[in-house]
Amino acid sequence: MFLHEQFRLKVGLAEMLKGGVIMDVVNAEQALIAEKAGATAVMALERVPSDIRKEGGVARMSPIRIIREIMATVSIPVMAKVRIGHFTKARILESLEMDFIDESEVLTPADEEHHIDKRDFKVPFVCGARNLGEALRRISEGAAMIRTKGEAGSGNVVEAVRHIRTIVREMKHLTVMSKDELFAEAKRLQAPLELVEWVAVHGKLPVPNFSAGGIATPADAALVMQLGAEAVFVGSGIYKSSDPEARARAIVKAVTYYNDPVKLLEACEDLGAAMPGLDISKLPESELMSTRGW
Amino acid sequence: MAKRVGVLALQGDFQAHQKALERAGAEVVQVRTPEELRDVQGLVIPGGESTTMLRLLQAANLMQPLKEFGKTKPIYGSCAGAILLATDVINPEQASLQLMDIGVQRNGYGRQLDSRVVQILTDTGEIEAVFIRAPIIVRVGKDARVLARYNGDPVLVEQGRHLVSTFHPELTDDTHVHQMFLDKIA
Repeated sequence: MFLHEQFRLKVGLAEMLKGGVIMDVVNAEQALIAEKAGATAVMALERVPSDIRKEGGVARMSPIRIIREIMATVSIPVMAKVRIGHFTKARILESLEMDFIDESEVLTPADEEHHIDKRDFKVPFVCGARNLGEALRRISEGAAMIRTKGEAGSGNVVEAVRHIRTIVREMKHLTVMSKDELFAEAKRLQAPLELVEWVAVHGKLPVPNFSAGGIATPADAALVMQLGAEAVFVGSGIYKSSDPEARARAIVKAVTYYNDPVKLLEACEDLGAAMPGLDISKLPESELMSTRGW
Repeated sequence: MAKRVGVLALQGDFQAHQKALERAGAEVVQVRTPEELRDVQGLVIPGGESTTMLRLLQAANLMQPLKEFGKTKPIYGSCAGAILLATDVINPEQASLQLMDIGVQRNGYGRQLDSRVVQILTDTGEIEAVFIRAPIIVRVGKDARVLARYNGDPVLVEQGRHLVSTFHPELTDDTHVHQMFLDKIA
């Protein structure tokens, strides 16, 4: 599947987004701020995750009119979220010529059993994952990019850290296993053997691995990069802070210079208040977004 | 001795370029600051988002040092890198290093659905070209030389010590274009 031309193009665009920040936006005005601040792409959604948490109800994809306005306003790639399993909405977004689709747990799932079969779409997909098995299942369905889920809209990086650490650790583990152990490991991970063997040889996912969910500060962004993320998604963290433009610029800087403490200090200086964070251990199970999808 | 080459590592697929250059026999360093530019013999500006890279170049005070660097040392730009090296950029207009006399239209073929893998012919043989939201070179100045075309449009162009491609050789196993660039380093 990796040599398939269509799949290479999908992964190719994901490669171009590495080392960058993809920002959630709800309208063209926010998209312009994101582009000016140095975002590599924008993610269109109806409401940012922290508002979805607050207001409840079914969270759906952005209205088409707003997506069109965003696409007409910025020259960077535009992504949009669809509900898990909603392949019809995904086809609509493909017709709209989106650059990337996020089949996302942040929206209310449309199918509680099946994810979208992403293989025969021309448009690339990104999907969330909490562990290696979940990541490989999504890749086998055709995802061209994985993002760790974190806990969206929480303003708390703890779940993002847990998920990136888990995936990196599970990948390392595969690289030291002998070939005959991989069958049982594939069964344990509930992932296709072919993909498990690929990771065992290469020590990384066959698609770019980004981080998302709860990243609120430049230091949060640099932290997940140091833990092995190749780029960062920031949602509520930017537009729920006191000075979105400055925070967006600072997070971009922190991702570029994630290994340079002096530059990170510069990025952290002169920032207003971050978005208020939630203690995830106090959230009821029913309010967790990261447990959606399987 | 291996040639020491920098890869601009502000954003984009710089690691893919690093691997391609290493396969072609170069020693590679990642460049994020003007200081890191000092001891490299040539520089690759990778694919990525040109607007993002431009903003990061300006914020890192790298625009002027890069222009100076390009006066004496070779630079190769792929895709976003080609946009940054051009004298004029449209769709939309944006600033650039103006080191190569070419005009570039961003996202010239359309959006991601118009990305493609094709075979193109160069002086020395056929190579695989991966185009991703690629720009089109709409004007080639008198000192620049077209090395390969796709659909009639120039896709691989050199001018003196500099080289640009609108496609991504770093996403293939072929090191032909990277070798061409290394050959430009004295």
